Parts: sequence; C-alpha cells; structure tokens
Amino acid sequence: MTEVFALAGENLISPIVLSFVLGLMAALARSDLSVPEAAAKALSIYLLFAIGFKGGVGVAEHGVDLTLGKSLLAGVVLSAAMPLVAFQLLRFLSKMDRLNAAAVAGHYGSISIVTFVAGTSVLQRQGIGSEGYMVAVAAAMEAPAILTALWLASRSESNSRMDSTLWREVFLNGSIVLLAGSFAIGWITGSEGLAQIESFIVSPFKGVLCLFLLDMGLLAGRGMRSGREAIGKGAIAFGILMPVIGSLAGLLCALLIGLSTGGTMLLMVLSASASYIAVPAAMRVALPEANPSIYLTLSLGVTFPFNLVLGIPLYLALAQAFTGG
Amino acid sequence: MQTHPAKRVEITIELVMESRLTDALRAADVTGYTILPVFGGSGRSGEWSRSGQVSAAGGMVQVICIVKPERLDALLEAAFSVVERHIGVVCITDCGVLRAERF
Repeated sequence: MTEVFALAGENLISPIVLSFVLGLMAALARSDLSVPEAAAKALSIYLLFAIGFKGGVGVAEHGVDLTLGKSLLAGVVLSAAMPLVAFQLLRFLSKMDRLNAAAVAGHYGSISIVTFVAGTSVLQRQGIGSEGYMVAVAAAMEAPAILTALWLASRSESNSRMDSTLWREVFLNGSIVLLAGSFAIGWITGSEGLAQIESFIVSPFKGVLCLFLLDMGLLAGRGMRSGREAIGKGAIAFGILMPVIGSLAGLLCALLIGLSTGGTMLLMVLSASASYIAVPAAMRVALPEANPSIYLTLSLGVTFPFNLVLGIPLYLALAQAFTGG
Repeated sequence: MQTHPAKRVEITIELVMESRLTDALRAADVTGYTILPVFGGSGRSGEWSRSGQVSAAGGMVQVICIVKPERLDALLEAAFSVVERHIGVVCITDCGVLRAERF
C-alpha cells in the first residue's frame, strides 16, 4: 500500500498530471484559457500517430506470438461485456433510467486512448516494458461496447438509430484509422523507420501530451461545471467504482493470457478507462434522447481524472503484485 | 434592381448529423447549401463551445439553404426527418435573391 501512495504521489507531481490540474482549475475558475479546436485536433493526431507507430515498432522488434491474438480477443470480450456490468451497477447506485444508463454503460466498455497514453508514459518513467501490440488491443476495444450499449438501450424500448453510415463512422472512426494505420507503419518500417522520425515522435511526445492534458483538464472542468446538476452522488460513486471493477477484469484477463507486468497494467488501464471521443459521437447519432451531459461529465469529469491521478498508480501496483514484476 | 422572393432556411444541428442532413437534402433535390462552423452557444441542452473539442459529439454546424417558396415544404420534410430527434434549431426567413433561376 505504501508503494501505491508513493507512486501516486510521484504521479501527482508529474508535469502530465499537473498540466491536467492546471486546465481543470482554470476551467473551474472560469478563466478564458482555451485550446483552439484545430490545435486540439492536431495534438490528438500527433499523439495517436506517435503511440501507434511506437507500438508497431515494438511488435517489429519483438515479433508476434499467440499472446497477440489472445490479447485482441480479450480486449473485444472485455469491451463487449463491461457495459453489462456498468449498466447494472449504475442502475443500482443511481436509479438512472435505462436509456441514459445504457448510453453511459457504452462509454465504460470502450476506452480512453489518452488514459492509455498516460499509462504508457508512467511505465516509461518506471523503466517497465510492455507488449507493443497493446495499441492494437486499444483500437479493437473501441467499438464492441457500442453494440452492447445499443442492445441494452433497445431493451428499454428506445428507438435507437443504427444505419450503415453509423457503422462506417464507428469502425472507420478517425482515431481508430490513425492508430491502426500508424501501428502498421511502425510494424512495417521497424526500428529503422523509428530512427528516421525519432526526433519528431519520441522527444517531443511528453511535452505534447502535457498540452493535450491541459486541454483535457479544461474540458473536464467545463464538464464538471455544466454537468454537476445532471449527475448525482450515486453516479459519481459509479464513475469511481466502475474503473476499479474494470481494471480487475482486465487484470484477470491479463493473468490468464500471461501478459508482462507492463502489458497487464495497460490492459487494466484500457478496461478501466471510459471513452469520450468515439462513443459519445455514436451515442449522439444512435441514442439522441440520452443526455450527453450525463455521459460526458461521468467519463471526462469523474473517471478520467480518477484514472489519471489515482487509478494508474493503483493499477501498476496491482499488476506488479500479481505478476511479480 | 429586380429581386425575387425566396426562403432562407437555417438549420443549426449537431456536427455528427451534418452528412445525414446534407444527404437528405440532396435526395430532396436541394443541391445548394452552405455549411458554416458554429463557435458556441447555449440552449435547452446547456452551454457548449467548439474550442478544445476532440470529439464530434459536442460540435454544432449551421446548414443554410435558399430555395424558391414552392420548394420549401419538400426541404423541410427532408430536414425534419433527420433533425426530429436531435438537438438543433430550424429557422425560416423571407429573403430576396437576384438570380431566381439559380434557386
């Protein structure tokens, strides 16, 4: 337990977390600090490309084994199954109506790539390696949760809208395409390719991540301000409890697969994180009656800060304890 | 200068619905429209701003069409089929155009 607190303390005073806190405080204090839309998109494109590319290089260096297939399968199963747990837990803790609970549940099956990036950054700082293909697992976990959420919503007599355009938007979502594409480029070009663009995608990475998390802090703070009336104490408790449950499910899968300490921690982070990019957009199309203030506030304003500040150190400590790493 | 009466329809809608709306408009033979980014605002669903958005979920756009009065109903039916369940505003105003044959 002492190690968890030490790691959490170290994590708290890292530039990444402090940048997030700065954005959060600025938004809560109603500062006019903002990151323009185009800049925020450019930062996210950079981060997705860099993390995908480095993951691909990792696979090129260490090769592919059966664990890759098992990890992908585990990711898809976790993504599809976690909304079922989230739905029941949310209904139990908050008495939320079925439609909104289904929409929220979808977010908790899918993943937050920024939380994943923050997790890899902590691993790097601790000098712990991980399987490069965890990036591919992240991409595979984006969509299945949406299907489960829509199935849950259909049981509440909601008239959910699923059309071919939405399928295309979900599966060819820009972040999935960029992540999978840069992963493929990294895999094909290997360490020689990395050497060519290393000065661009390795050294500036943490600085760019700080700026992106500043923006995330601003978004989370605005979400807390505008969405605090939409969610009650039960929903907030869900936003903190659900990532811990998700991380334990991820831990179990990782132990069954036999992932390394770093890989275990990353699968826990993926299972614990909640989407705020792909799923909200899909929910706006398919379940427009669901209140976006609820799912965005929970995902961005509660679960994301929890994972960033306390969750990641906790997941790393658990991964180390169970894998002996 | 001679002007001709027309209807200007402004549809403010969620960014995620933009392509669905323009597809419906084209299917109703409304091939002329302009899409504008909307910076931010406030409404029944609360405040929102375009700054910092990394997801299409929170963004809004405005689609502006100018049509002859007799084509207004077809346009509104097409638009309503898309926007009915979504956050947004549909506003119709009278306007005048110089070259009627273009609308």
